[in-house]
Amino acid sequence: MTVMRSISGIAVAALLAGSVAGCATAGRSPADPLEPVNRAVFGFNEKFDQVLLKPVAQGYRAVLPEVVRTGASNFFGNIEDLWIGANNLLQGKVENGLQDVMRVAINTVFGLGGLIDVASDAKLEKHNEDFGQTLGRWGFGPGPYIVLPFFGPSDVRDGIGFLGFDTAADPVWNLDHVPTRNSLYAERTVNSRANALDAVQVLEDAALDKYRFVRDSYLQRRRSLVYDGNPPRETPPAENAPAETDKTQK
Amino acid sequence: MTRTLLSLLLVLFAPVALAQDVAPDVMVKGITTDVLNIIKKDKDIQAGNPRKIADLVETRILPHFDFARMTQIAVAVNWRNATPEQKKTLTEQFKTLLVRTYSNALTLYRDQTVDFKPLHMKAGDTEVTVRSEIRQKSGQPVTLEYDMEKTANGWKVYDVKVGGVSLITNYREDFAAQVRESGIDGLIKALTTKNRGAGSGKA
Repeated sequence: MTVMRSISGIAVAALLAGSVAGCATAGRSPADPLEPVNRAVFGFNEKFDQVLLKPVAQGYRAVLPEVVRTGASNFFGNIEDLWIGANNLLQGKVENGLQDVMRVAINTVFGLGGLIDVASDAKLEKHNEDFGQTLGRWGFGPGPYIVLPFFGPSDVRDGIGFLGFDTAADPVWNLDHVPTRNSLYAERTVNSRANALDAVQVLEDAALDKYRFVRDSYLQRRRSLVYDGNPPRETPPAENAPAETDKTQK
Repeated sequence: MTRTLLSLLLVLFAPVALAQDVAPDVMVKGITTDVLNIIKKDKDIQAGNPRKIADLVETRILPHFDFARMTQIAVAVNWRNATPEQKKTLTEQFKTLLVRTYSNALTLYRDQTVDFKPLHMKAGDTEVTVRSEIRQKSGQPVTLEYDMEKTANGWKVYDVKVGGVSLITNYREDFAAQVRESGIDGLIKALTTKNRGAGSGKA
């Protein structure tokens, strides 16, 4: 736990340092001044995925019946709902926050400890919140885009939210029994990778340059999440803005 | 008797009138229901039969999309500098890419349900967003939004957002970078190569 804390601390410091260093570069996508470093980390993550995570996730999906995998997703989703509720409350969305607490209570008691999502069937919808979104809600901009080793796409704000707060509040990470913690963490990682197999395939079919496509999807997705699906319209650079593409090098 | 005859006539000629006047959300809902029903019944489509999928997409979905406008949004500032010939090729190639990518995605459909949200639209509006939600067995529903424009040929979709991510806007930076590196012809080449590569055996 304390080790985790200090690791998070170092990572946050590194993020901040990175974002300052990033200000020096110019010419690339304005949201991604650290592109060369990010691309290197992205390449590493892709390799890691290709060699280890994806094959394991494929095996996991092939071996386990869908009921079991859904149960696992629900179980981890239930654990996560408490922190989602806390973030809703921190953002002043009291009704949603109370709904999340209700969800945990209902699913834990009536859904076999969270294996069945009975709350969703009872029209108590699952939400998507984390501390990065809470910071966004409080007015913090995303800052430069950052690809974290192993964890993937992030930005300065979300990186701080994730490494500094979400991880610290994660019940799995805080288990004292290390072997249990590690196996649950591994199971959760593999399960969510297995859930993403199809989506990643679509993404690979779609992208000309996967790095850029993932980055821009991430940035759009987070912006949408911070505004709970209703982000204010950005002024479209297509028709009126000056061509930032014309003056850049390469 | 005359009344039944009249309603029969109405039913027969309704499709002609509908194409022009039908409200955008009703239209999207109708297409979605039709397409999902077809997929549900057809084992070949579920198994990924490319010809059947292509046929379904071609007849039921494509007529309602405005690919020229989609391409223009994705190519953004560089659209102005493209020759008519380049614009035509860009549109063709981008259309091929989108159709291929999302046709494959159709085979992933199993038993999710789609809910439509009430449409906010005023009398004279020519641009609307139709919002829907895909509900899955576990986890949060995924939002699916269609940006639509009223044209002489009825309402046409010019952007689709999945979970808040625009499938069209997402190409902007990518396309801009391609043009920056090797011009509009470079972008066309990249698209063509991508389309050709994907045609011969899926990764």
